[in-house]
Amino acid sequence: MMNNIIVLPLIIPIMVGVILVFLRPYVKTQRVISLVTMLGMAGISLYILNKIQTEGILRLDFGGWEPPFGILFVADSFAMLFVLTANIVTAICLIYAFSSIGESHEKMYFYPFVLFLIAGVNGSFLTGDMFNLFVCFEVMLLASYVLVTLGGKKAQLRESIKYVVINILSSWFFLVALAYLYGALGTLNMAHLSERVAEVGQGPLLTTISIIFLIVFSLKAGLLLFFWLPGSYSVPPTAIAALFGALLTKVGIYALFRTFTLIFYHEPSITHTLIGIMAGVTLVLGCIGAIAYKDVRLIASYNVVIAVGFILVGLAVATQASLEGSIYYVIHDMVAKAMLFLIAGTMIALTGKTKINEISGLIRNYPLFGWMVFVVTCSLAGIPPLSGFVGKVLVGQGAIESGSYILLALAFLSSIVVLYSLLRIFLSSIFGETIISVEDEVPLKKGMIISIVLLAIGTVSLGLGAEFISGYVSDAAHTLFNPSVYIEAVLGGNK
Amino acid sequence: MKINDVILRTVTKIVVFIILTFGVYLFLSGHNTPGGGFIGGLVLASAIVLLYLSHDIETVQKSLPLDFKLVAASGVLLATGTGIGSLLFGAPFMSQTFAYFDLPVFGKTELTTVTIFEAGVALAVVGVVVTIILSISEDE
Repeated sequence: MMNNIIVLPLIIPIMVGVILVFLRPYVKTQRVISLVTMLGMAGISLYILNKIQTEGILRLDFGGWEPPFGILFVADSFAMLFVLTANIVTAICLIYAFSSIGESHEKMYFYPFVLFLIAGVNGSFLTGDMFNLFVCFEVMLLASYVLVTLGGKKAQLRESIKYVVINILSSWFFLVALAYLYGALGTLNMAHLSERVAEVGQGPLLTTISIIFLIVFSLKAGLLLFFWLPGSYSVPPTAIAALFGALLTKVGIYALFRTFTLIFYHEPSITHTLIGIMAGVTLVLGCIGAIAYKDVRLIASYNVVIAVGFILVGLAVATQASLEGSIYYVIHDMVAKAMLFLIAGTMIALTGKTKINEISGLIRNYPLFGWMVFVVTCSLAGIPPLSGFVGKVLVGQGAIESGSYILLALAFLSSIVVLYSLLRIFLSSIFGETIISVEDEVPLKKGMIISIVLLAIGTVSLGLGAEFISGYVSDAAHTLFNPSVYIEAVLGGNK
Repeated sequence: MKINDVILRTVTKIVVFIILTFGVYLFLSGHNTPGGGFIGGLVLASAIVLLYLSHDIETVQKSLPLDFKLVAASGVLLATGTGIGSLLFGAPFMSQTFAYFDLPVFGKTELTTVTIFEAGVALAVVGVVVTIILSISEDE
């Protein structure tokens, strides 16, 4: 099978990133090339996504080595929806970066590392091999280590040491888990793993291995083990924080979904119950954090945590409706979280203050910006017709179908807390008496507001056009719910 | 105080060539026997690091005027380029091919596209290792 196009989301960002290393002094050229690349990648992703609808799941065997022997990329609707959204969001964050990141960053290989980051993210979504997933994770993480420390401020270095240490530790766990898995099953091809687990039965040993994977991916996704997240997501420059908040946890979430729907789905009473408990606790702790802090960046970071909990509720109940809901919600969350982080960063850039009670009346100085805050609040709270709504309804429907009323209650209470925590920002910082006099007003840069408006258009059109993407989403959920579809696409035809 | 390192410098002059030869040998034997671009690259890098240790950074940079960050970048470009190259021939990504040629000195020799890929890996490893060592040494 020959589908070379599906390797492009990995290889093009890497090659372009490397070329940008040679163009270090030419900031303008770097900007244009990186933005064009990301838009091109979004176009290619859309093309692949549509091709999957007509031709079924696509796969590419690297170097012609057929599965289960070689490494391969597998593009199904689930993976491609993530890739498409990630690329669009990255393009928009780049537009924000043009006007905010500063020349010193741009000359210190900012654009190459963003491209390497997106290459790792895309690779993680597309790979069909567990070890290759590890490699793509590392590509992404190495780029993120650089991006989180770039600039070298004291707070950044303090938080990034935690971030780096925790990720190296979890990568080590990942490697150990891979070794156990290979020792137990003799393969690392995901489809082949799924087949073998089904053959030998998911005994206590395999369930234990699956729990190690659960721990690893939970660390990456910020499911329960999120203690490193709020700190390290709130210190880097806004555009980078937005990229992290929108994309990095999603890769962990993707890996959790893939592993526990394709490979380890035979003992839901153990693994999925555990995921459910972790998701519930994450929701509660995330809510506490989102209400407790007054720093806008920390509120935004805890909102990331809440979203992770919410999305994993969909995996814990694991009905087709809830999986569909989670997919909708991930797509929505990438867009809305990027927007939230950009807004938080812009508020700080405009006022020079980080606490919501120190900022007031921004809507009088920047009316459009103020209304954008309102849009993101409604969107994240799941108010129709914005994009959070569909996902929340479907996850709720799944939870009712399977009788998980505690998770249902927690999930919807968390929506109220999200609404409250963001309304607090809106009421205290956006409304009220302005603290900025007309003379002191810092002009809102065009690039900043354009990218925020673009994301707002994204969340509105995702909500209004839910019908339009429902075909893709239900195909993705169908593949997740029926592992045989995926296995047939990978291993079928060469037995 | 100037350290007397005559012995180190003299030994380095000879040993560097042995290491470089060994590195190239490892690199060329890579695709069929133990060795390869990664290991070869590490050995090559160790030769350069030894030069930096026995002489000072300025002297080495005068005779070896390379920006090792760019060396690493061109390595990655070369390695990914060979992967992309197979797309031009309608083969799956990362496909390789090989053939036997009668070369004047070597006789019947196997030439393969893997070697180009490995050359990219080797360059990337040399570039990264030397960059890391240099960054550490710059840190006072």
